[in-house]
Amino acid sequence: MKPPPFDYSAPTTLDEALALLLEHGEDARPLAGGQSLVPLLSFRLARPSHLVDLAGISELGSIVVDDGHLVIGAMVRERAAERHDDVRLLAPLLAQALPLIGHPAIRSRGTIGGSLAHADPAAELPAVALLLDAELVAQSRDRGKRTIKAADFFSGFFTTALQPDEILTEVRIRRPALRTGSAIEEVARRHGDFAMVGAAAMVRLEDGKIADARVALTGVSDIPVRATEAEAILEGAEPTDEAFATAAEEAAKSLSPPADLHGSSSYRRHLATVLMRRTFKLAAQRAKEAA
Amino acid sequence: MSTFDVELTVNGTPRQGSVEPRRTLADFLREDLGLTGTHLGCEHGVCGACTVLVNGEPARSCLMLAVQARGADILTVEGLANNGVMNPLQQAMWESHGFQCGFCTPGFLMQITALLVENPNPGEEEIREALSGNLCRCTGYESIVNGVLRAAGHDGSPPEPRH
Repeated sequence: MKPPPFDYSAPTTLDEALALLLEHGEDARPLAGGQSLVPLLSFRLARPSHLVDLAGISELGSIVVDDGHLVIGAMVRERAAERHDDVRLLAPLLAQALPLIGHPAIRSRGTIGGSLAHADPAAELPAVALLLDAELVAQSRDRGKRTIKAADFFSGFFTTALQPDEILTEVRIRRPALRTGSAIEEVARRHGDFAMVGAAAMVRLEDGKIADARVALTGVSDIPVRATEAEAILEGAEPTDEAFATAAEEAAKSLSPPADLHGSSSYRRHLATVLMRRTFKLAAQRAKEAA
Repeated sequence: MSTFDVELTVNGTPRQGSVEPRRTLADFLREDLGLTGTHLGCEHGVCGACTVLVNGEPARSCLMLAVQARGADILTVEGLANNGVMNPLQQAMWESHGFQCGFCTPGFLMQITALLVENPNPGEEEIREALSGNLCRCTGYESIVNGVLRAAGHDGSPPEPRH
């Protein structure tokens, strides 16, 4: 349970960090908050030759509002985001999701960018990013900056579109439209554990009807997924319990969640159905209150 | 592998050492600085026994490398008492029998210290939420929660049984 040997650098600028990643090649890894990477090292499931610590790079550590977008630096600690007024105002779903991540002692070190780049299919932030159509900005020394849509970012089990020489630098989230409500709920074996299944939903109402409904699920696939059947069923519908139940049940039919010792595939499908129904309902309620 | 000089403040005292990058903060505190009050249970961030405060925020010292703590201000369980006199939290935990074997106690004390700084008057639910990441294998949670209530200025007498 001790990490294997590795080398370490602590650059103070992004340029320096990008050069280090290039220099040390594919066996080098960026180190963000370490709340996922350090246990992987201790279990020796990861054996990087070199860690590039991003904590000293101040340009990755701020939250700013830019042209209707909330822009969160990749190294912003989850606990800091949780306490930030702009996050509550401009990205309520993110504010609702943050307290569900691990425990306070994990969130005080864990970072927004680290969780996204780690891409655990059971984690909250990838699903939130997907639901909110977040834009993830990555940078490399040779190819400069590029913006990756959340829908294109998560490519598989713990795998993302990031290249070995790239660093995720910021996440851009558009502020929600008027009369929009959101909710996130999950079921875990123990409080603070990774959830077996989670659902994040957003509902926008117009003239009392659902103008836009979205839902993203964790724990039902190797990446976070949108339940598009449910979204299509709800568009234009009245926000009733029956409509939410039908949408959830229909969408759950096409899910084939993985099974493990915490729960069978059919149990996870059941959880997804219930959580979609609940989060749709709560999101619609909040949309009404926001009107 | 190269070694790195680590200078930090532990319990108000400047300390330093020289470590391999793979040295965790927990091992640095215990092995290099001889501060064995910080306990290591699971060594992968699940049990909470190794919780310390890093710049005032609770952190698992097994999930942090010593090199990441350079320049930080660390508070460990050894920093709670003042000249051998237990602080009010320790006293309240003592009076509530808030531990059995004591292995998890340092982690609990540090997490509770962080909780009480942020919220000096937490209710039982908030206490349970804040402590949910700390495991006690003696199953002593009731008396631990009572200890926090006592420390927070509630009378600390055991609540009515709920069943």
